[in-house]
Amino acid sequence: MFSNAPNWRLYRFPRKLRSARAFAVVSGLLLAASVPTDFFCSVARAQQTDPASPVVVQPGAPGKPSTRLPPSATAKLPPRSQAEVEFMQEMILHHAQAVEMTALILSHTGDKDLRSLGARISSSQSDEIKFMRRWLAARGEPVSMPMPGMRGMDSHPMALMPGMLTSAQMEALRKAKDTEFDHLFLTGMIQHHNGALTMVKDLFDTAGAGQDAELFDFATDADNTQRAEIRIMQTMLEKKFPEEKQ
Amino acid sequence: MNRVQGLAIRMAVIAIILFPGVSRPQSQAQTPAPPPPAQQPAEEERNPFAPEPAPVLPPGMTGADANDPRAKLAPGLYDAGEASLGLKHLVLVRKPEAFQLGTADPDDPKVQKTLGRLGMSDTSKMPKPMQLVRAQLAFANSDFAFQGNHLFQGNFYGVSIYDISKPANARLLTSLVCPGGQGDVSVYKNLLFMSVEAPNGRLDCGTEGFPPEPPPPAGQEKENRRRPPVAQKDRFRGVRIFDISDIRNPRQVAAVQTCRGSHTHTLVVDPNDKNNVYIYVSGTSFVRQPEELAGCSGEKPDKDPNTALFRIEVIKVPVAAPQDAKVVSSPRVFIDARTNAMNGLNNGGTHGKPGSEKPKDTDQCHDITVYSAIGLAAGACSGNGILLDIKDPVHPKRVDAVNDPNYSYWHSASFSNDGSKVVFTDEWGGGLGARCRPNDPNKWGADAIFGLSNDKLTFENYYKMPAAQSDAENCVAHNGSLIPVPGRDIEAQAWYQGGISIMDFTDAAHPFEIAYFDRGPIDPKVLVLGGEWSAYWYNGYIYGSEIARGLDVFELTPTQFLTQNEIDAAKAVRVSELNVQNQQKIEWPAKLVVAKAYVDQLSRSQALPPDKIAALQKAIQSAESSHMNKSALAELKHLAPSLAKDAGTVKSQADATRLRALAEILEHPAA
Repeated sequence: MFSNAPNWRLYRFPRKLRSARAFAVVSGLLLAASVPTDFFCSVARAQQTDPASPVVVQPGAPGKPSTRLPPSATAKLPPRSQAEVEFMQEMILHHAQAVEMTALILSHTGDKDLRSLGARISSSQSDEIKFMRRWLAARGEPVSMPMPGMRGMDSHPMALMPGMLTSAQMEALRKAKDTEFDHLFLTGMIQHHNGALTMVKDLFDTAGAGQDAELFDFATDADNTQRAEIRIMQTMLEKKFPEEKQ
Repeated sequence: MNRVQGLAIRMAVIAIILFPGVSRPQSQAQTPAPPPPAQQPAEEERNPFAPEPAPVLPPGMTGADANDPRAKLAPGLYDAGEASLGLKHLVLVRKPEAFQLGTADPDDPKVQKTLGRLGMSDTSKMPKPMQLVRAQLAFANSDFAFQGNHLFQGNFYGVSIYDISKPANARLLTSLVCPGGQGDVSVYKNLLFMSVEAPNGRLDCGTEGFPPEPPPPAGQEKENRRRPPVAQKDRFRGVRIFDISDIRNPRQVAAVQTCRGSHTHTLVVDPNDKNNVYIYVSGTSFVRQPEELAGCSGEKPDKDPNTALFRIEVIKVPVAAPQDAKVVSSPRVFIDARTNAMNGLNNGGTHGKPGSEKPKDTDQCHDITVYSAIGLAAGACSGNGILLDIKDPVHPKRVDAVNDPNYSYWHSASFSNDGSKVVFTDEWGGGLGARCRPNDPNKWGADAIFGLSNDKLTFENYYKMPAAQSDAENCVAHNGSLIPVPGRDIEAQAWYQGGISIMDFTDAAHPFEIAYFDRGPIDPKVLVLGGEWSAYWYNGYIYGSEIARGLDVFELTPTQFLTQNEIDAAKAVRVSELNVQNQQKIEWPAKLVVAKAYVDQLSRSQALPPDKIAALQKAIQSAESSHMNKSALAELKHLAPSLAKDAGTVKSQADATRLRALAEILEHPAA
């Protein structure tokens, strides 16, 4: 394909390695060594002589010229931030408590609205736990934290992730029935969901975090969904317990 | 849950071991209570990639058809089983190398470590799907735009530009590298527009993103755990504008920053303004800090009347000076006209019925389709579907809004050609999840078809791709476009790994499937993100944007649901540019092939008796074979008046429209 390219020799050497991986390593080294743009431009001119071959172009900032990359350039992932990994690890535990709370619904209340809401929260959060575990495992990160659940433990020993119910709160929920359960569940889950929003905000408020495409989509989606669910639960509270000021 | 439960217990144990100073009762009191008993077999817990079956169907709901030929196709990335009806797959052009993860990456020491944990000693045994899992969304193909012989396929990492002068032989011309997701594209003359929302987007299209926060100094790990973010002047979230005059060397000419970035955007061409085009920006993600982009505020409306929530943005682009493009208005499209509260719209987005009073939290649009020919736009705006009057494109005004108890997330919208219907989609699960399993309700994650008259939307029915898909296939309603078959409303639509489904919604209350194409999952056991992002008709072919695999090209083939004449009539419509969300009115030429399509439809619906159908077919045939000589033309003209008369008496409105359109062609057929 490039046989008639005058500068072909300049570019050919990696191909001789006949291994994509070796080439990636070589090109990675080249890129790391900040090869002058001229190098790629000359390659680009070589490519232009064959109109059938696709080109790889990286535009510059607005108003600036574009740069040709070698045709075998492959993509790379943006840097991963430790905050992203921790976010996922913590959110797994956070979600697990929501699932645990919804598991109580069937035996603790007959309220249809609450049962329906609980089923949806349980289904989506269980699904998301799987997603987060896949995300971590695929990136070679442990599913658990080195020191799980111990954010800010210097000031508050064994403090939980934002919004998580304490053992005492969970115990109260477990003991409650019917109307009392409904109330504790709704207030508890609102507290819990608000914590998730805080976690998402913390994530995006951290330098370098949120650049992973899947994590970005996931966190954005979790924020949108849980925000909507909080409003739904607030409305349920207002309806069921009108005497209370929400 | 086993793993999590185990984890919780381990946490407590580790805590006690590591921090003996913390008294046992206290740690007991604050440890999260153990999650509920195990529901999955222990075997499953070893593989975090194993998908789970759907929960049982809610009462009163029906699910997908598990006996459909699409339900159990063989898995594979490039060799998956395929099933189709009325669609011929012409080619799959594999995703270019530029948008594939470099092969050096699986050698990442951390990945090695995981593999070891999973019992694998070397990367050569690393399952291919696992490599894909790491990279899937970062390099995912997304939406399409078309111009002449060029197809623009967005990607989270840039844009692929193809030459489609021979669609069955589509050829990559240019890989434009410019990350930032999700790479939604539009094209107008020499300008290419691209949406960017992710924090790794850079003004200079750099692939390096921004450096993560350095680890805290030794001894300070726990305090000051996360430092405030650094405002990055080189970060870009918004809409990029490229000059594509040289298709093999696109240049960035402008980059218009917005507070929430651009998840999608819509090109708006004002029929009364030739010098400018407009871009409606839909941002759905977090609002960035004012230090990075002045004026950005993510506060609630009662705290900050200038909040970047509860609005869309309008960018004005001078066609001759695109570098001067800028945001010219931020319409509060969710405003309550009576109270002027900017958060005036209810969220109907629940799959239950939590209460009569619905919360008012719709603060974003996901996608907007404009139909300038009728002066309206349909917005799919998280909790609502809305209708906007866009006669003044800089100041769109909401004229109607709907919600739906079965809708989770209002995702996209499209009009029927006559503007009498709107098809909305519900992207339940965000497209990342398997939502077409036998137990997933067919009213969830479906299209909702609304009638539209006098600026009012009325719900008619749902449509969901009917075939059951596996647990390993992400599937939900996604992007589609009209197929210009005259006399019918037909939409080609992408359903991620559910494939492509072609729906007839001429009768909005009774939509049905007329053609499809589907592949098996990428992997049998792991949900690897893939499938068709968009399926659009463009000048005679259907193009599918396959997230993981590449570019698909299809042709329609005749079936009992669609005749060759109808296909040929659709192919008679040609456009020079296609941006699906900037909907253009389809005009059919007065050709005999279009007449033949109408005759086929009138025969199918039995609106005309067989002898009349035969007479029409004969007259059209003789006009064609005689190259429209005088007597043949006279015969066509002779048949027209009775058809116009029939139009007044037939029961179905669709048939009446067909009869009138047919009569018109017979009166004045074009060569």
